[in-house]
Amino acid sequence: MAVCVLLRSFSSNFSTVLPLLTRSASRCPLQLAPKPYFGRTVASANTLVTLKFTDKHEWIRVEDDGVGTVGISNFAQEALGDVVYCGLPEVGTQLAQQDEFGALESVKAASELYSPLTGEVVEVNTLLADNPGLVNKSCYKDGWLMKMTIANPAELDSLMDEPAYERYIRSIEE
Amino acid sequence: MWARWIVGVRASELGLRASTGGLLRVSGAGCAGRRQQERSSSEEAALKKTPLFDFHKKHGGKMVEFAGWIMPVQYKDSHIASHVHTREHCSIFDVSHMLQTKIHGKDRVKFMESLVVSDIAELKDNQSTLSLFTNEKGGIMDDLIVTKTDQGYLYVVSNAGCADKDSVHMKARLAECKVAGLDVDLEFPDEALIAVQGPAMSRVLQEGLKEDLSKLTFMTSTLATVFGIPDCRVTRCGYTGEDGVEISVHHSRVVDLTEKLLTNSEVKLAGLGARDSLRLEAGLCLYGNDIDETTTPVEAGLVWTIGKRRRQTKDFPGADVIVPQIKAKTARKRVGLVSTGPPVRQHTPILCPHGQVIGEVTSGCPSPCLKKNIAMGYVDAAFAKNGTSIQVEIRKKTLPATVSKMPFVPTNYYSG
Repeated sequence: MAVCVLLRSFSSNFSTVLPLLTRSASRCPLQLAPKPYFGRTVASANTLVTLKFTDKHEWIRVEDDGVGTVGISNFAQEALGDVVYCGLPEVGTQLAQQDEFGALESVKAASELYSPLTGEVVEVNTLLADNPGLVNKSCYKDGWLMKMTIANPAELDSLMDEPAYERYIRSIEE
Repeated sequence: MWARWIVGVRASELGLRASTGGLLRVSGAGCAGRRQQERSSSEEAALKKTPLFDFHKKHGGKMVEFAGWIMPVQYKDSHIASHVHTREHCSIFDVSHMLQTKIHGKDRVKFMESLVVSDIAELKDNQSTLSLFTNEKGGIMDDLIVTKTDQGYLYVVSNAGCADKDSVHMKARLAECKVAGLDVDLEFPDEALIAVQGPAMSRVLQEGLKEDLSKLTFMTSTLATVFGIPDCRVTRCGYTGEDGVEISVHHSRVVDLTEKLLTNSEVKLAGLGARDSLRLEAGLCLYGNDIDETTTPVEAGLVWTIGKRRRQTKDFPGADVIVPQIKAKTARKRVGLVSTGPPVRQHTPILCPHGQVIGEVTSGCPSPCLKKNIAMGYVDAAFAKNGTSIQVEIRKKTLPATVSKMPFVPTNYYSG
């Protein structure tokens, strides 16, 4: 069992490593091939950046095919503790930005999940049914929650980029 | 996500502070069932600290408010790791926030019996029992452990959340007794209390004791010098379902005692988070959730606490309500529930197979040992039999559940 999970994470590492390298790349929406870029850039109005955060600690990463992968941040998974159950939406669910789309449960806490953008659910991480702990172990990779279409890319501008989210966490920790 | 804490803990735990929008919505009860509010640091200073407060912080304790105290909910290990460690090895819980009372005087048994449902007179020397303070309506005011020591006093441990209520209650009865010329006195000793729980407890503790621990059976108590620390009261009892003890020690020596226990590599610190999931697996009630002033001992399935003699003499508060219920049965009963899927929590409605509401969950959590959801709640008596299929309603969906016997996880009390 554990070996299978390792192999799955290994293969998914390859598919996600390129987007991570290009996370901070400035890209024009029409560009199809990601270019590796190791610096950090500040998001600007017409740019698709690959990791953005909500104030409720969800993140969304825009993939090459324009679909958004959604998960919760490291800050959130640490606060929640060992996730024991993931309540995720059905594929095809239409969500408006900030709509509740599911819940994560730990032994002592329950957290509703809120959609970062408007769109339709196209895929749900079925691995979480048997292995909810992936949300804790790999919240940005194997512990992704769902994928959705992005009906209104301009909504991305209302989300925080990584530096802004880091600042936000620091401000609420005080 | 907005994390809702389920049991009486508030926004500041685990380093998450509530933003003005309220990042963590707190729901559910610990003792007293009130919604916790975000507190400023000055209000935090008003919370009570046990003598182990600095020690907890030094050991990575994540501190939360509970019943007016600031207590560790967990340490560096995850909740589940801490829970499992207790079942497999040994954990120390700081329970110094609980109320400890000593009742002195020739008439101490009569005094105590006037407040609780148990046969105290029949207890052997140094024997302990779970008992209940009841009110005139037959409701449970608190649950407690009372020990009939051979030192001339009764030793009582009751819940932190009911400390004010219990001490007012006992002092009022004391005043009445004194007026009636009875010889009784109350003492609230300045002592800390730690629980050492788990299968490794006996080999860990025996190293620090001259007395033979194998002679101290479940629900018996003794005074002892533990790891060189004198005047410790060691009672073989606990709130986890495992073999364990609670040790009452002078507040000035509790850090020393805890450090000495921790030198054994089998021992780890554990907090209120694991304490709650352990007790629920063991089928033990949490006052304020599973029992309160609106539940009678019969509804709560605690008839066994009512003394045989007391059922005849009916000389405890609410006896006229409670004793007839033993034969007549009650309309609702506390039961255990098991389910899979989303965890069942306090206030989850319980439905019959046709979808009518037949009760409510009073506490619940995912069981780290069973990997299923466990819960306690009250249901209409017709549905209280073990194995009955029922439903629970979670986020507007109905899901199947089964009435289950308790404890959910077998207990390991030491009978000698």
